[in-house]
Amino acid sequence: MSAKLSPRQVGDVTVVDVSGRITLGEGSSNLRDGIRTLVNDGHKKLVLNLADVSYIDSSGIGELVSAFTSVANNGGHLKLLNLTKRVRDLLQITKLYTVFDVYDSETTAVRSFA
Amino acid sequence: MAGNANGETTRVDTLLNSALESADEAERLVVNVARESGFVEEDLHQIGMAVRESIVNAVVHGNRYHRRKKVHLSVLSADDRLTVIVADEGEGFDLSALPDPLAEHNLLQQSGRGIFLIRTFMDDFQVRRLSPHGTEVKLVKLKHPSKVEED
Repeated sequence: MSAKLSPRQVGDVTVVDVSGRITLGEGSSNLRDGIRTLVNDGHKKLVLNLADVSYIDSSGIGELVSAFTSVANNGGHLKLLNLTKRVRDLLQITKLYTVFDVYDSETTAVRSFA
Repeated sequence: MAGNANGETTRVDTLLNSALESADEAERLVVNVARESGFVEEDLHQIGMAVRESIVNAVVHGNRYHRRKKVHLSVLSADDRLTVIVADEGEGFDLSALPDPLAEHNLLQQSGRGIFLIRTFMDDFQVRRLSPHGTEVKLVKLKHPSKVEED
């Protein structure tokens, strides 16, 4: 199943529940299009909840990086929530774990924007 | 099935279309062979991802989605290893020209991590140019790296 994005508001923070596979093709383009829409709509405080992301490839990692820089270039911040072990391992292997702000608690992630 | 001189038996030998769906098909085929060969779950994930990245490279950078060009996938198994060979019909690429994805100035690049992940997840990775066209990559995953003698 390709990646599906379900945004919801928690105060002034937009939490995006992502599920499925983020791989080259439909999965990565869904993520790219979804983030672009949110940025264009003026959302600047974004949390990507990746708890239900079952698989991510190098293209998916690239889309996470692209989302991070896209939001930052528009004056916002994008943070990651609930990484599975495999996604966490991939971000560590690629040295991106320290680039992203990563949280295991949605409450803590939302509060971090205050 | 008889093995070759290295004790390897060919388990898969097929041609795939130059389409992204071939990555799903190849991953499924290879992981099935690896599972039957006794690899543990974490190895299956790593093998699957390495195969996916190799097929994507062959389709996107090698054959450039050309409908008349094919990707050749072979899988060989032996008691101690799984070997996957992926060949495209493209113009080839220079491994040494690939940027280091772990360099500070490359961390925020959107692409360039595929080969790095293959090298990380597999025990051996070799690339060779084919004549007159094409690139062949050979991936090897050992069942017990610490117990296998170096060639």
